[in-house]
Amino acid sequence: MAQLEIRNLHVEVEGKEILKGLNLDVDPNEVHALMGPNGNGKSTLLAAIMGNPKFTVTQGSITFEGKNVLEMSVDERSRAGLFLGMQYPQEVAGVTNSDFMRAAINARLDKPMPLFKFIKEMESTIKELQMKPDLAHRFLNEGFSGGEKKRNEIVQMKLLKPTLAMLDEIDSGLDVDALKIVAEAIVNMQKERSMGLIVVSHYERFYQLIQPTHAHVLVDGKIVVSGDASLVKRIDSEGYDWIEKEYGVKVEEISDEKPKTAVFSLGSCAASTKKGA
Amino acid sequence: MDNKNLPQEEYKYGFHDEDVSVYNTGKGLSEEIVRLISAKKQEPEWMLELRLKAYRQFVKMDTPQWGPDIKNIDFDDYTYYIKPSEQQEKSWDDVPETIKDTFDKLGIPEAEKKFLAGVSTQYESEVVYHNMLQEVEEKGVIFLDTDSALKYHPELFKKFFGTIVPYTDNKFAALNTAVWSGGSFIYVPKGVKLDKPLQSYFRINSERMGQFERTLIIVDEGADVHYVEGCTAPIYSKDSLHAAVVEIFVHKNAKCRYSTVQNWSSNILNLVTKRAICYEHATMEWIDGNIGSQITMKYPACILAGEYARGMTVSIAVAGKNQIQDAGAKMIHLAPHTYSNIISKSVSRNGGKVNYRGTVRHGKNAAYAKSKVECDTLILDKLSTSDTVPTNIMENATSQIEHEATVSKISEDQLFYLMSRGLTKEAATEMIVMGFLEPFTRELPMEYAVELNQLLKLDMSGSIG
Repeated sequence: MAQLEIRNLHVEVEGKEILKGLNLDVDPNEVHALMGPNGNGKSTLLAAIMGNPKFTVTQGSITFEGKNVLEMSVDERSRAGLFLGMQYPQEVAGVTNSDFMRAAINARLDKPMPLFKFIKEMESTIKELQMKPDLAHRFLNEGFSGGEKKRNEIVQMKLLKPTLAMLDEIDSGLDVDALKIVAEAIVNMQKERSMGLIVVSHYERFYQLIQPTHAHVLVDGKIVVSGDASLVKRIDSEGYDWIEKEYGVKVEEISDEKPKTAVFSLGSCAASTKKGA
Repeated sequence: MDNKNLPQEEYKYGFHDEDVSVYNTGKGLSEEIVRLISAKKQEPEWMLELRLKAYRQFVKMDTPQWGPDIKNIDFDDYTYYIKPSEQQEKSWDDVPETIKDTFDKLGIPEAEKKFLAGVSTQYESEVVYHNMLQEVEEKGVIFLDTDSALKYHPELFKKFFGTIVPYTDNKFAALNTAVWSGGSFIYVPKGVKLDKPLQSYFRINSERMGQFERTLIIVDEGADVHYVEGCTAPIYSKDSLHAAVVEIFVHKNAKCRYSTVQNWSSNILNLVTKRAICYEHATMEWIDGNIGSQITMKYPACILAGEYARGMTVSIAVAGKNQIQDAGAKMIHLAPHTYSNIISKSVSRNGGKVNYRGTVRHGKNAAYAKSKVECDTLILDKLSTSDTVPTNIMENATSQIEHEATVSKISEDQLFYLMSRGLTKEAATEMIVMGFLEPFTRELPMEYAVELNQLLKLDMSGSIG
């Protein structure tokens, strides 16, 4: 049995079926590249594994280290060793990165980590990602550039030390230098801890740095082709057209998933009453 | 406890009356009782006269017809004056378990618990208190309870008392003027800047927690003071009507900050009139937290009377089950180039109701005045509600008022994000709420901020459905 085992997974968003019977196995030390045109279910798969309440699993199973993931709450999945580096990390005003990370680390320990040890660990991780030292004291992602948010996701991953990490377009918003720094941090951690990885990216350059051991193409809610790193290269040079021909599936981009901006304020009012929604 | 055992030097600060006899006016209020209170305090004639006028005004006036419904207050059901020595006879056994529990969770020492619960009038921080007093006394600062100030500084007292909150202002200001007892009196001489906050917390005087305390702060030209009232731990009182009055005078180039976190027990009606007047280039800052009590009506005001005067209010109101927090701020601009800033953060949960009610007035003479109002509300569940009731009045053509208001609930995306890092739903919600209130907590002295955070966390537990 694989460490992460997904069988016949069907997932709906707002009543619309996005994943239509997906199977996937991921073991430690494996790096899986997840490809496919936009809107075919890559982000949905990662969100469903992490338990985002907007995504409803209607059929199938997900197990992680033999445990039924679908029965776990989001925080339980995190504490079990799953991590999702998000495409659009949320901003939370008034909560510092360090307070957040400390709470997150302590949530998985019996005894809280000594403060000094935590500070040292956070500082060295921030340094490794070549971010400014004041990151720890800034509010969580608030006012961060796109690239800073992505790097901060990797800071979090390094501090939380997951068994299996999923990275959703973690390379978008990064310039060439930042891309290298982030990729190096990911690879180091993956090697050190024999971590399993599922990576969603549109860029061959990022995959070159990450060096996937497995590659999959997700079309219309199913994995239609699986292979090794050479699959990434072929898609980079030839696109998805050949898949249509060879596998007889229609490959099309389904309306781009719009970034969900951090909607904290639902509305503004003068003298009106808004009751809890 | 026996006041005779207190250290002798206490007398010179006047922290307790020489008369230690037990005294209680019984329930209800009459002219006779007002006279008795004044006589017991051995007050000058003018104060008695003022109290009587205020009493008559109180009888004449209606309760406010706006805001939370308090029309049915039975004023005959309250006791208006109890001597401190009697207050001590309250028993620790009478203090509700919930309050004791909170004290325990906050790790408050035994002696302090009893002090906060109003069971004891003294706890072991005398040393800190005396050091603080010695330091400020050397600079000519007067820091007394209000009764003693009337005794020892009658001229200063008479010059300012009741001048910005006259007894005719509202029914509860009238009531307070008629029966006031205790509170703090501060005078900071010209040019004196105090770098450490003055804290009423260390004022060992049971009357500090009186129902009708009266606070008077005078900051002379170029002086600077930060006054911290009370403490964040819950304060238990059997007396359920609280009507305090605070008057603050900030003279030319002076600065005053008044920080308070009100956390009365949930049986209390807390109806407070707080007002400051700022002269030329003076700055007044209200840092005002409202967590406890059943109904709060409190709108700290700044009258910006001199050119370039500045007023700021940063407030939070947190309303839970059966609570109504009706709070806000008032900025009255009477002079050119005056500036005011209001930041209000409200949270309602478990069916609580939290309102922002504020007034910004730019008068005819307030040319080039500017105001910025920002009120944000976070509603945690379907049972809870909030109203925002701002009044902005501009009477001249050159001034500016900026007003922003938001009402929101906890965002599902934020919750998912925090939970995906291992925080439970409760911990994640708590973190979002604490972050929402951060603009207030960052203004508090460190130890208060820590205590407030802890307190709100306790408060949150069990509030998530």
